[in-house]
Amino acid sequence: MSSVAVIDYGMGNLHSIAKALQHAAPQVDVRIVSDADAILHADRVVFPGVGAIRDCMQALNQSGLSEVIKSVAETKPLLGICLGMQALLTDSEENGNTQCLNIFSGHVVHFREPLEDSVGNRLKIPHMGWNQVHFAPHPLWDGIAQDSRFYFVHSYYACPDETSVVAATTDYPDPFACALARNNVFAVQFHPEKSQAAGLQLLKNFLHWNGQV
Amino acid sequence: MSLAKRIIPCLDVDNGRVVKGVKFVDIRDAGDPVEIARRYDREGADEITFLDITATHHDRDTIVHVVEQVAGEVFIPLTVGGGIRTLDDIRRMLNAGADKVGINSAAVSNPEFVREAAERFGSQCIVVAIDAKKVSQPGEDNRWEIFTHGGRKATGIDAVEWAKKMVAYGAGEILLTSMDRDGTREGFDLLLTRAISEAVPVPVIASGGVGNLDHLAEGVIEGKADAVLAASIFHFAEYSIQQAKEHMASRGIEVRLT
Repeated sequence: MSSVAVIDYGMGNLHSIAKALQHAAPQVDVRIVSDADAILHADRVVFPGVGAIRDCMQALNQSGLSEVIKSVAETKPLLGICLGMQALLTDSEENGNTQCLNIFSGHVVHFREPLEDSVGNRLKIPHMGWNQVHFAPHPLWDGIAQDSRFYFVHSYYACPDETSVVAATTDYPDPFACALARNNVFAVQFHPEKSQAAGLQLLKNFLHWNGQV
Repeated sequence: MSLAKRIIPCLDVDNGRVVKGVKFVDIRDAGDPVEIARRYDREGADEITFLDITATHHDRDTIVHVVEQVAGEVFIPLTVGGGIRTLDDIRRMLNAGADKVGINSAAVSNPEFVREAAERFGSQCIVVAIDAKKVSQPGEDNRWEIFTHGGRKATGIDAVEWAKKMVAYGAGEILLTSMDRDGTREGFDLLLTRAISEAVPVPVIASGGVGNLDHLAEGVIEGKADAVLAASIFHFAEYSIQQAKEHMASRGIEVRLT
């Protein structure tokens, strides 16, 4: 039986993601774990997160999980979700320039206010709700229609230095990178665990992914 | 490509059953919440809100079990409101599988609670629910005040100012209910909705008064709401969520069609 570790570092609620993973692939052993060994022994690792980046990085650095995640990023399929995606960049302007894990070189920035759509309607922040995801070919999009909608809730987004790592973009109103991919690492800004059929398909694809592109 | 306007069915749950009252009295039984949530998910609901109206503290465990069951099989955002008064209440709902909690009376009696909740759990899961009633007389400038206790208790607080304050305290979203319209099926209070939506940077969910599909579209087009919430038109299967979305799309509103 293959196993997936959901990293628990005290940031937010992991029940939703664990339930969705189990639903997407009932035969997979899903574990919510906080110790390094359990994470390093799993076949795949999910790195979720909600809340503020400073608290997130503090929790990761104090627990030593920063090094564990960097090691996972070199060795096995890793899926970062929401704040777990943002933490993979070099730094974030949230909480006054917070240093992050630098697995993807680039910055996390706030949506520039005021935002307006093409006909002058004000766009709210946080970017909350179902928006379309325009993706480039990758095994994790298998079985998902181009421009499918996923559920987002965030006020900051990733700006990677290299466009080659952008796996998908979403418009709000300008396109931003809503998914990043390099080798065995994949990260999404939206919440697949809250994105109904499309989200479950992505999780299922991840749970069958060997980390090859 | 752009962000879809959301349709959110709301389930008023009393002791484990879905009910819907007209102006908070004359409650009708509409069925099993887990069953209904499943149906809404299949029909393409963008989120589901549970409003726990159970009177006694002891019976509040019921809503936790409902949320646990729904969260195990419905993978869209779930919000729980009603009786959220402490950080512990919030933790219990999030652990049961809720993604957001709605805070109403507790915010009015202690605004600092909203700040503490947002700091602890993040603004993304803190929805401040505002029940507003028009208090201006005909001929005067429109003015609404917030009411608590199911619309029975006036507070003297201006609704627009209150919405701004709650966002400053960390609310990630506002659920706005017109107490004048709730249960009437006459449509949203569009002026109220627009006044609040234009006053705050965060998304506003319009609620109270939906009787037909045009009302939903008007909430977005004229009320400038980011999401629309309705209960009875969906519970009694007058309209499906899918029909509601198709109607909104026909009025030029971006929706998520599944």
